[in-house]
Amino acid sequence: MLVRIAPHIRSSEITPKRIYLNRRRFLASAAAGLWLARTPAHAEKLANLAKSPFSTSEKITPIEAATQYNNFYEFGTGKEDPARNATKFRTHPWKVKVEGHCNNPKTYDLDGLMKLAPIEERIYRHRCVEAWSMVVPWIGFSLAAVLKAADPTAKAKYVAFESFYDPSQMPQGRWAGIPFPYVEGLRMDEAMHPLALLCFGMYGETLPNQNGAPVRLVLPWKYGFKSIKSIVKIRFVEKEPPTTWNLANAHEYGFYSNVNPQVDHPRWSQASERRLGEFFKRKTLMYNGYGEQVASLYNGMDLRKYY
Amino acid sequence: MPSLIKSRWLKPLVFLACLVPLALLVERGLHNGLGANPIERITHATGDWTMRFLLITLSVTPLRRILRQPDLIRFRRMLGLFAFFYGFLHLMTWLWLDKFFDPHEMWADLVKRRFITAGMTGFALMLPLAVTSTRGWIRRMGGRNWQRLHRLIYFSAAAGVVHYYWLVKSDIRLPVLYGAILAVLLLLRWANRRPVYNR
Ligand code: HEM
Repeated sequence: MLVRIAPHIRSSEITPKRIYLNRRRFLASAAAGLWLARTPAHAEKLANLAKSPFSTSEKITPIEAATQYNNFYEFGTGKEDPARNATKFRTHPWKVKVEGHCNNPKTYDLDGLMKLAPIEERIYRHRCVEAWSMVVPWIGFSLAAVLKAADPTAKAKYVAFESFYDPSQMPQGRWAGIPFPYVEGLRMDEAMHPLALLCFGMYGETLPNQNGAPVRLVLPWKYGFKSIKSIVKIRFVEKEPPTTWNLANAHEYGFYSNVNPQVDHPRWSQASERRLGEFFKRKTLMYNGYGEQVASLYNGMDLRKYY
Repeated sequence: MPSLIKSRWLKPLVFLACLVPLALLVERGLHNGLGANPIERITHATGDWTMRFLLITLSVTPLRRILRQPDLIRFRRMLGLFAFFYGFLHLMTWLWLDKFFDPHEMWADLVKRRFITAGMTGFALMLPLAVTSTRGWIRRMGGRNWQRLHRLIYFSAAAGVVHYYWLVKSDIRLPVLYGAILAVLLLLRWANRRPVYNR
């Protein structure tokens, strides 16, 4: 199938990235033929982005890496599976339900959700639990905007999130070895933290399917799997909600999963990481370098116990 | 068919074929074609081929019988040495590109990470087999002892399967598949316990 062959055509060195990527997309669509006519055009430009004081000035990871090297197990467990298997993913129309302990439950369509606050670009470090990392210019606004609009009650101690799951669109998910739909959760104060980003885009465009279109979380001080993709449900709850990787393997993945170089994953060290595109490994920073902002959330907690 | 298997040029051809996975890695490496995380790609490719060559080597004996092609034995040593060769590359990727030869880190990984312990066991078991793979050593050890020693390859492959099973996060299909192939090969061996003398 041509879709698979296209990535081997290496014009990357001689062609500007954007053109190169578009051409690749074009090749893929040309090869895929009919079904593509039914697929909504993805990757719309997102303009007039405010800059964010939270942005890092570190070198941004090339867009190819950030869009072709993904963990999105609903679309397969290989790093290149999501880019290959998510091309048909239907993200239009999209509904996000906000419910649970709040005075103002509401179901948003995507446009409505995006209008809740001005979107801005935030360049964050992103650290995967598998000890690789990247620097991504995400686009969105603080999750707090949605949560406040719902007006949570005193019973809302945690926020639970749920991903879209449709086995007919995600047949590879059957083999992932983890239960779906994917669920995640945050303590209320974590969810309200301004760093917690409700994300609609990256690299100046709407999110590619394989990166969790059309809306996801980005929690830069936590391991990547906490940043749930393709969100359909946000629910205020009283008790700590279940989270997918914790359900799959509680011994290896905790509820908090803050980036912590001192607490190893049972199977590998978390002390260092490989930034995509770099040869040497670099030291992993406590809270992925966001300690100044978030460390106070965890004052007095035993981080070995609450990993 | 027998004449093809015996033919003089088939061996160099198989030799070259065994080098194709490495050639592909090098070619892609030179052309920026190893994806976003080339070192991981190299680790995985060399690991995959170590496992595959171990299983291919182990299937030579049953295939000789099933296909009635005893001459297939010509390729067994070479295939086994390729398992060792890819295992060596795999180990070197880890030593160099992951640990940067830092003895402290290497040791920490080796004792703390059970998947590394299993992998190292698999590799260590291949070492004496590679060393004694020559005709001289077969003579010196005597066929029977040599055969007995070389049964270690089953343990090496088993360690490889365990290593793989322990390192995957949740999708266990491939390690289970390799384990099943190994189980079938062991069963075939058990079902045909008469020793086969080859030389
Ligand atoms: C009999 C010997 C060995 C076999 C058959 C073997 C096989 C494998 C296989 C099949 C993989 C997975 C590849 C994939 O995911 O596509 C792998 C990964 C790996 N192996 Fe080995 N291996 C062996 C020895 C070793 C040794 C001696 C080391 C280092 C001390 C090692 C370190 C690793 C590492 C670091 C990975 C990658 C783990 C990850 O991605 O999380 N292996 N190996």
